[in-house]
Amino acid sequence: MAEAHPVGFQWVMEAKRRGAKVIHIDPRFTRTSAMADTFVPLRAGSDIALLGGLINYVLRGGHYFHEYVAAYTNAATIVDESYADTEDLDGVFSGFTGSGYDQSSWYYQGARINPAAGERDQWNDVFGSPDPDRAASEGESTPRAEPETDPSLTHPRCVFQILKRHFARYTPELVEQLCGIDRRRFHEVAEALVANSGRERTTAFAYAVGWTHHTVGVQYIRAASILQLLLGNIGRPGGGILALRGHASIQGSTDIPTLFDLLPGYIPMPQAHPNLSLDGFVATNAADKGYWGNIRDYVVSLLKAWWGEYATAENDFRFDHLPRLTGDHGSFRTVIDQIEGGVRGYFVIGENPAVGTANAHQQRMGLANLDWLVVRDLNMIETATFWKNGPEIDEGETTPSEIGTEVFFLPAAAHTEKDGTFTNTQRMLQWHHKAVEPTGDQRSDLWFFYHLGLRIKSKLAARRFERDARQRERDRPVLELTWDYPTEGEIAEPSADAVLREINGTDADGRALSSYTLLRSDGSTRSGCWIYCGVYAGEINRAARREPGERQSWVAPEWGWAWPANRRILYNRAAADPQGRPWSDRKAYVWWDAEQRRWTGHDVPDFDATKPPDYLPAADAHGPDALRGTDPFVMQGDGLGWLYAPAGLRDGPLPTHYEPQESPLRNTLHSTQRNPARQLYHRPENRYQPSGAEPGAEVFPYVFTTFRLTEHHTAGGMSRWLPHLAELAPAMFFELSPELAAERELVHLGWATVITARGAIEGRVLITQRIRPLRSNGRTLHQIGIPWHWGPNGLTTGDAANELLGVALDPTVHIMETKAGTCDIRPGSRPRGAELGTLLATYRARAGITEDTGTEDSPSAADARYPDVSDTDGGGDES
Amino acid sequence: MREWLRWPVLRQLTGSDPLGRGQAARSAATDREHARTEDADEVVGSVCPYCAVGCAQRVYVRDGAVTQIEGDPDSPVSRGRLCPKGSASRSLVTSPARRTRVAYRRPYGTEWEELDLDTAVDMIAERVIRTRDETWQETDSDGTRLRRTMGIASLGGATLDNEENYLMKKLYTALGAIQIENQARI
Amino acid sequence: MSPDGAAEHPLFGLARAAQPGGDVRTSASGPVDSPAGGNRLSGPLADPSAEAGYSERHPERMGFFTDTSVCIGCKACEVACKEWNLLEEDGLDLTGMSYDNTTELGATTWRHVAFVEQRIDPSTRARVDIGMPGMGAPSTTPEEGADSDATEVRWLMSSDVCKHCTHAACLDVCPTGALIRSEYGTVVVQDDVCNGCGYCVPACPYGVIDIHPDNGGAFKCTLCQDRLGSGLAPACATACPTESIQYGPLDQLRQRAEQRLEQLHEQGMTEARLYGQDPTDGVGGDGAFFLLLDEPEVYGLPPDPVVTTRDLPAMAAHAAIAAATAALTVAACFLGGRR
Repeated sequence: MAEAHPVGFQWVMEAKRRGAKVIHIDPRFTRTSAMADTFVPLRAGSDIALLGGLINYVLRGGHYFHEYVAAYTNAATIVDESYADTEDLDGVFSGFTGSGYDQSSWYYQGARINPAAGERDQWNDVFGSPDPDRAASEGESTPRAEPETDPSLTHPRCVFQILKRHFARYTPELVEQLCGIDRRRFHEVAEALVANSGRERTTAFAYAVGWTHHTVGVQYIRAASILQLLLGNIGRPGGGILALRGHASIQGSTDIPTLFDLLPGYIPMPQAHPNLSLDGFVATNAADKGYWGNIRDYVVSLLKAWWGEYATAENDFRFDHLPRLTGDHGSFRTVIDQIEGGVRGYFVIGENPAVGTANAHQQRMGLANLDWLVVRDLNMIETATFWKNGPEIDEGETTPSEIGTEVFFLPAAAHTEKDGTFTNTQRMLQWHHKAVEPTGDQRSDLWFFYHLGLRIKSKLAARRFERDARQRERDRPVLELTWDYPTEGEIAEPSADAVLREINGTDADGRALSSYTLLRSDGSTRSGCWIYCGVYAGEINRAARREPGERQSWVAPEWGWAWPANRRILYNRAAADPQGRPWSDRKAYVWWDAEQRRWTGHDVPDFDATKPPDYLPAADAHGPDALRGTDPFVMQGDGLGWLYAPAGLRDGPLPTHYEPQESPLRNTLHSTQRNPARQLYHRPENRYQPSGAEPGAEVFPYVFTTFRLTEHHTAGGMSRWLPHLAELAPAMFFELSPELAAERELVHLGWATVITARGAIEGRVLITQRIRPLRSNGRTLHQIGIPWHWGPNGLTTGDAANELLGVALDPTVHIMETKAGTCDIRPGSRPRGAELGTLLATYRARAGITEDTGTEDSPSAADARYPDVSDTDGGGDES
Repeated sequence: MREWLRWPVLRQLTGSDPLGRGQAARSAATDREHARTEDADEVVGSVCPYCAVGCAQRVYVRDGAVTQIEGDPDSPVSRGRLCPKGSASRSLVTSPARRTRVAYRRPYGTEWEELDLDTAVDMIAERVIRTRDETWQETDSDGTRLRRTMGIASLGGATLDNEENYLMKKLYTALGAIQIENQARI
Repeated sequence: MSPDGAAEHPLFGLARAAQPGGDVRTSASGPVDSPAGGNRLSGPLADPSAEAGYSERHPERMGFFTDTSVCIGCKACEVACKEWNLLEEDGLDLTGMSYDNTTELGATTWRHVAFVEQRIDPSTRARVDIGMPGMGAPSTTPEEGADSDATEVRWLMSSDVCKHCTHAACLDVCPTGALIRSEYGTVVVQDDVCNGCGYCVPACPYGVIDIHPDNGGAFKCTLCQDRLGSGLAPACATACPTESIQYGPLDQLRQRAEQRLEQLHEQGMTEARLYGQDPTDGVGGDGAFFLLLDEPEVYGLPPDPVVTTRDLPAMAAHAAIAAATAALTVAACFLGGRR
């Protein structure tokens, strides 16, 4: 955190000054470790074993927050009798089909609950069920399905007992074996955690991509969620699991998603189902209980924001204007489609995949096989120049005259040259004002997409009579799209303020709405992103509020605006006990005011403000009305915190330790080496390495983990070009221990080459005592730290770490594993030209690598092909 | 004051600083020193463009150019502080390395060429329309509606504004482009 | 929960307290230690500005207290300094000295963060090896217990800067009057006066001031003299995320440093010590002083700096000649002009 979020870290230092104990868990001793009270080094890729050990410690010792767990989590819920655990099936859950999971055995007994996130589309459950009419049964009088529970938490199939059994083998000894953390240190962490949780105290976990960049990344976060729920640290001040995100508006670009599987506000993109209607979509994605029960309000308001007067109740509010998904369309799948020729045009907007994405060579192969490429950035990044000076050109593999990609580089405006909002990692929107005009052809991305849209619309409109009926039908979503933002200035910059107002939404009279609870499914309201509704309440841009912090309470609600409803802590109903009283004076945050008959406190209550703690819903209540007065997790289909996830995840309802895709160790917990549901791509440029006891694993004996430095940013597009940053971290390097240096005869500051099955990169050797060998599973294990900021362009240049990485993904969110891989290292710089290819081929041959390597325990779950597609135009298109 | 009257030795001999170690040795330029932020025509509220902590910035502008960027001490998030990257924001936005003109590389070309912005946007619009038509998928082989193009993809968004992401997602979705991704995935 | 005044605010109290008043001095203490009409070149001196001819209405002496126990080594100070003072990049060299690629203060580097990697005995907190900066790679001989917990790693970080000495030899030897004492008690170079003679460079006991290779002038930290005049804190202290660099009236900073030292000692960090805060030391105390967690040498700081001009008064016979020479040189360069 001190490394990548130094200014956020001031609050850790502030807490430390006030007596907090800071524990840092990381494979590397970083600038954060230097400030921590306790540093716990662990083997990269073993965190679930550690978190599982802590969960087991809490359960076994009875250290959980009983009242919180009993009331606010699904500990009491009984799971279907067909469920079988990894502990029963040697590392797989029930329902494994050989290429993934049929999740039906993971459900609760007696009720099917839709998840609030993750895999949401429950088409088969809804329409494969005996009650297909449920689709039309939204609300009204249908009895709500409630899962069975055992409040005594003793039923053998209740979540609490399943949890206990699942984690029983995660002992301090196992942690020591898998993570390389000795028992003394484990106990130090466990005791500190328990002592600092409960009524009077809370503990927070802060994490970054060290937890998410894994083939079991989502389960890392799930493991932390289980632990924090058991300790009562969710929804309370000083608690939580805090994602430290790495780009100015990466949260915003998730909320208003430039992501394939989502519409704004975490509404799923529709899947291709036969005769899918708005009703069917709502039925397969809504929840019986909680605020996802109102998904129809959100979807209709979105459709109205996009297609305005053309969206009517009669035409399903133009629901059919939305394109349909057929599986994974994530960026790795897309790049493979580029290589295979399916994707012809590519916009790259403020991202640098040529060096910034795992298996960078594969990324450049994709770029080189496009018809056209648009790159918009501040600087001339590697993604724009791959055809001129990419590694493939430098090494003589190809030449510019063999690359047919047409490239448009368009200079972008900087944050000081445009108005707009960033959403920070706390979900807070902050407006930045335009300070100066951009120079020359520099434009905001708002300008570019607005004018591109205008141009496309006008061209299609002008060609109306040249185009046939089917083409005209195809053009309708574009031509009907609301696209009328006021512009200003010589360059006709569209008004970001007007766009934010559309995102917020308006009522039937065109006035800005103040809350998502006012959205309606009858077409009377519009909102471009329901969770952002309220940012423009009262016709005021609340993201632009800058009431000085010192003139406000410590929650500082008048600085910017946080979604939803300006709440600063989500699920803060859990900050009060079931009766609505603060758990303690010290940790009072939101509570029930019995006299006023409403929830009140320091923050905006994340609960129906007038619903009393003793409220019990009627049997036929749906949506928010179905939440009891004690259900704090208002987005969850049962209103509870999920210790066990009965739906939403593709790789299991509970976290289980698996080895990374590439590991020097055998999984000693069970014989399933890796996450059996992980997503792999078998391709020549993406070969996997053997692991553990597999022959050839010894060719890549060392663990490496990629990391960020304070002095640089991501793949370097905003730092490598700046002299004051470049001079502070002026060269690509590898961080390793004196012991490894001795073993491989590496010289401090000398060159070394790191090799994997995909690539070989060179860097300078930085020998440091901060990296220390670990004992794991009875052997000494060396880890190498590799920063990923470099590439061929800019003031400081170097090889990109992403040349090394293969693409192996988490199955639920399609995020790749960059934080734990295996490699070899040797002294000297890497070979040039054809010799580089020879070196890699030699290594692959020595390790016996084939297209099946690394896939032994997992059939190609990810490689689902697209359905056969027929273009109804039958090739009649003009070109 | 005649210039020679500022001669330090003269001031030294006549003032309170006979050895010329402070007051007497000050040059006119030193006396005039003040923060250049005082000369700003405008101070504009902004937010750091690097990570997601969201540190507030104040951008100082003079004669249409950014002269300084500092942390905004009013922010309850950052309390006016900036990390090295945030502190380098002025260099980022005023960097001579930044491109100001469109660069165009024709297929199989070996060098960049010039292209005016309007032509570039028009060419891109044409390519979107053409690619969309050529790769359109109305239904799958079972007749299930797809209504999409798999020929156009997009990457990036986490460094952009919400409003920009919104227009991107809206336009792409209307066009039927679904392979829309950003750094949140990677 | 009423948001009262800044002083009571739970989150802003400390931040604001670090900001200087910027007011003129209000304390009764005048230039008491300064013998009437004379200049002192060593020993305690309460008010260097008064001694340099500033009236009693001059501002309080301002300075830096750099608390290295909370430095996270982010180098925001280095960048903020260069951005404000428009200093150029001065070398893209990987040094191998931990994460320190700046290596030293110089004409275009006025803040420098040192990184020192050590192995310590966790029970005694004593070093078990030497972790001097600039010593190259750590030993490649695996030590006993390398994979046990016998020792722990400690990573010291410290942001170095001009010390703004009470008795500044650079100022004493400057023949042109380019180096002067400011009204804030700091030592600043006037680059419109400096002729680049370089006498100041060897005079500095800390090796801070340096000649710019291109324009030939002497440069170093000015404590952001221009910002101080506008009521702003120096750029480095403004940026510092963790309040490692604190700017304020020197008297206050010294008190705060003593309290911090006491607190750390109570917490068992007996290795904590102050460096440069003592008015009786060889430079009369520093205007920029430090809280360190090890010997000064470990951070690359001289253990017992002495103002190099301490013995100047003894050389009475030569003083007049020196003064005359200096005056002539000043006259020559002033009338001739560097530009």
